[in-house]
Amino acid sequence: MTKPILQVEHVKKYFPITGGILGKKIGDMKAVDGVSFHVNEGETLGIVGESGCGKSTTGRMLLRLIEPTEGTILFDNQDLRALPKKEMRKVRRNIQMIFQDPYASLNPRHTVEKILEEPLIVHGIGNAAERKKKVSDMLEVVGLTSYHARRYPHQFSGGQRQRIGIARALMTHPKLIIADEPVSALDVSIQSQVLNLLKDLQKEFQLTYIFIAHDLGVVRHISDRVGVMYKGRMVELAAAEKIYQNPLHPYTQQLLAAVPIPDPEYYQEGAEAAIQFGTLPSPYVIDDSWMNIDSERDDLVEVEPGHFVACRLK
Amino acid sequence: MKGESVLEVKNLRTSFFTDDGEVAAVDDIDFYINKGEILGVVGESGCGKSVTSLSIMGLVPSPPGKIVGGEILYKGEDLTKASEKRMRQIRGNDITMIFQEPMTSLNPLFTIGNQIMETIRLHNKWNKQQVKERAIEILQMVGLPRAEELLNEYPHQLSGGMRQRVMIAMAMVCNPQLLIADEPTTALDVTIQAQILKLMKKLNQDYQTAIMMITHDLGVVAEVCQRIVVMYAGKVVEEGDIATIYRNPKHPYTIGLIKSVPDMRKKVDRLYSIPGNVPKPGSIKDGCRFAARCEHAFDRCFRETPELYQTGEGQKVRCFLHEQQGGVSE
Repeated sequence: MTKPILQVEHVKKYFPITGGILGKKIGDMKAVDGVSFHVNEGETLGIVGESGCGKSTTGRMLLRLIEPTEGTILFDNQDLRALPKKEMRKVRRNIQMIFQDPYASLNPRHTVEKILEEPLIVHGIGNAAERKKKVSDMLEVVGLTSYHARRYPHQFSGGQRQRIGIARALMTHPKLIIADEPVSALDVSIQSQVLNLLKDLQKEFQLTYIFIAHDLGVVRHISDRVGVMYKGRMVELAAAEKIYQNPLHPYTQQLLAAVPIPDPEYYQEGAEAAIQFGTLPSPYVIDDSWMNIDSERDDLVEVEPGHFVACRLK
Repeated sequence: MKGESVLEVKNLRTSFFTDDGEVAAVDDIDFYINKGEILGVVGESGCGKSVTSLSIMGLVPSPPGKIVGGEILYKGEDLTKASEKRMRQIRGNDITMIFQEPMTSLNPLFTIGNQIMETIRLHNKWNKQQVKERAIEILQMVGLPRAEELLNEYPHQLSGGMRQRVMIAMAMVCNPQLLIADEPTTALDVTIQAQILKLMKKLNQDYQTAIMMITHDLGVVAEVCQRIVVMYAGKVVEEGDIATIYRNPKHPYTIGLIKSVPDMRKKVDRLYSIPGNVPKPGSIKDGCRFAARCEHAFDRCFRETPELYQTGEGQKVRCFLHEQQGGVSE
């Protein structure tokens, strides 16, 4: 049961910062700075963090849509970084991605049928008749009907489009799905439909999810384990219950305190104090001196079984 | 509870005239905002909440939009009949508005100081020094450091949270009676959102500015609002004070909406979800707008449009189940 399907070790992504007339490299933007974690078969790992923390870059690196600068990614005991491009394409049959914006991630000129058929053609699965059958079956699975196959993306609502995005990801029967903010563009009532669908599909197809999101309520609902990212590092990683009931890292604590709870009578102890009334000096410099931590050099340390924290108080 | 209201919207109808005919984005809505209160207006995309706020400000793009009926009373004055000149006096001085995306509502070509001082100059006959002093004062009030230097900086030099603070500063600079905030924190990170909400609550208490908070986030509403109006497909479906609505929601839509939000405090196996899709504005002509997605719907719901029925102290529900007191509440 707890066999890791994916192991990520010290993965880094540095983007060059260029300057001057000649565009010489003058520094590194450390988008992801040494992240390690593993994902077990059949579980959901949630990755939360605020904008710019590196969570999406991490997700994309797992598929090598962005090439990592350093580190190893083992999928099914296969080192993905060592694979040539052609082999990597084959692996993508088993790792698929669901994107945030269902408006932008579906080709507006293709019918739903063509969109869903494409991954099968790319990976050489089935003949034309079989593919058609698979498309209409998959539409049923995600709660649409084969009647929708002839339509174009603009004819669907946001929730339906995200269902098409999910169907496309499932076409090749992948083992691992990386979902990057899959519900954040959806209305509340539609969001819960899609979350339930993702859970049902996980059971039906024994899927493993990496669920990247900024909404802490959504992440708790869907995840077995949760990793919290901050400034390109993973600062805390533990079972969902542990993170939400006993957050240890100061950043996790602050993040949880900041979430508005949909209950007017609920009073969160210490929440007021946790909201830092200070301001950021500029979008590029984050002042975290108040947290009293040294975020530059901390590695994850296991403080209790399965609960990892990166925090060395100054 | 209705007290002295700063704004009253009566039977407002705002339509868009498209190639496919008239689309009523806001269809006969009534609500009021009391002096100094924070009212939450909640609803999903296309429910008409933003069009309502634009109607109040007289900013509905025309054509194709037009206010086709009803009244918007600001201290007894009907804004739907006010001249453009009068509206200019009111906007930015009496009623102000902040938007979701602070970057697109600030002009990237002008400095922060320039944009704030423009507002002050338009509504006051002050000299340069007074205008500048007020601008610095207001920037400090919204918690921005280095206020004096900020006056000479451009929007792109600020972070999202700071930009939203600048927007709030611009909105508050003339001590308005009413601040309309259209999804003010949706584009912000949760820790920054918490700061902005705290700031808005503080300004509301310190200056008695009424706030109309338009949002889709029930957590935000619970955090800051005193009363709430729930909208669905261009209609107000439920209205009441915050504690009542969260503890005892009556309209099936409100009940469903509250149940669909994953609660960070507890884990449930399955989320409740309202079946179907959010309807396009103007797509439902007859009957209750929610009937097609409602598990309690019966024949009459598809034929007649229910009224807003008073069901208790300050709570109103647009649902036949509550036509008489003691209808089914769950």
